[in-house]
Amino acid sequence: MIGIEHYLVVSSILFVMGVLGIFLNRKNVIIILMAIELILLAVNINLVAFSVFLGDMVGQVFAMFVLTVAAGEAAVGLAILVIYFRGRGTIAVDDINQMKG
Amino acid sequence: MIQIFAFYLFASVVIASGAFTILARNPVHSVLWLILAFFNAAGLMVLIGAEFIAMLLVIVYVGAVAVLFLFVVMMLDIDFAELRGGFMKNLPLGLALAAVFLAELVFGIGAYRAGNIALGEHALNPARMGASNIQAVGELLYTRYIFLFESAGVVLLVAMVGAIVLTHRRRAGVRPQNIGSQVRRRPEDATRNTQPAVGQGVQL
Repeated sequence: MIGIEHYLVVSSILFVMGVLGIFLNRKNVIIILMAIELILLAVNINLVAFSVFLGDMVGQVFAMFVLTVAAGEAAVGLAILVIYFRGRGTIAVDDINQMKG
Repeated sequence: MIQIFAFYLFASVVIASGAFTILARNPVHSVLWLILAFFNAAGLMVLIGAEFIAMLLVIVYVGAVAVLFLFVVMMLDIDFAELRGGFMKNLPLGLALAAVFLAELVFGIGAYRAGNIALGEHALNPARMGASNIQAVGELLYTRYIFLFESAGVVLLVAMVGAIVLTHRRRAGVRPQNIGSQVRRRPEDATRNTQPAVGQGVQL
């Protein structure tokens, strides 16, 4: 019998994995963005599991909004990444502390 | 039995591909693992009867976000030696992968139909959930949450405009078509009548 706990365990493992990914790949912004996507995916799994478990559709509607924000975030993040690469020729994040303004 | 097997299949693959996403050396491989993770998460959602979010996950993430990532990874010069490879050489593997993905979704729906998942019971119960999942989501989305829905559209619009403004580059030295000046041009501006004397040329 698959219950809510199974889904919560999967989503929490995925969430921790996203956080771990940010820590492991601190130089590569692309991987960091992907780790953020993993975190948002874990949140979505959590929302949908609770929505189905409680029989309340609002959780799925909210998961859709999370999806929207995740898509926008990926687009803007990758755009910033592209202009950063264009100006500097590298995507190493530890140089960003030289940003002025 | 099939439900438990389906759940553990999807859950283990989503966790394993999440791990490979953050551990892969090549960012392209990372993106591909991310696609696998999203697909199996969609399988997990199909398993409990949330088909709409599952399909949205496949369309938005696999179709748009992952491809955007892939574009950017390939645009920046990261390990291009590994990116080279024949299209035909990869075609059988790609087709096999597509078949596996499709089989996973069909398997998830089949396992959901088989019942006996504690989570899915509410979804199966028509009294609590209304008709199908997509109908229930639509009824909420277009009535109670219509303003939130529209503001989600505004968020996407702002993200799109922001991404374009950030990456748009005005190049010097190119002469693009100026439709306004083309339309504004009149015959009197462009032509003139002259009456040159015999044997003399026309000064242009």
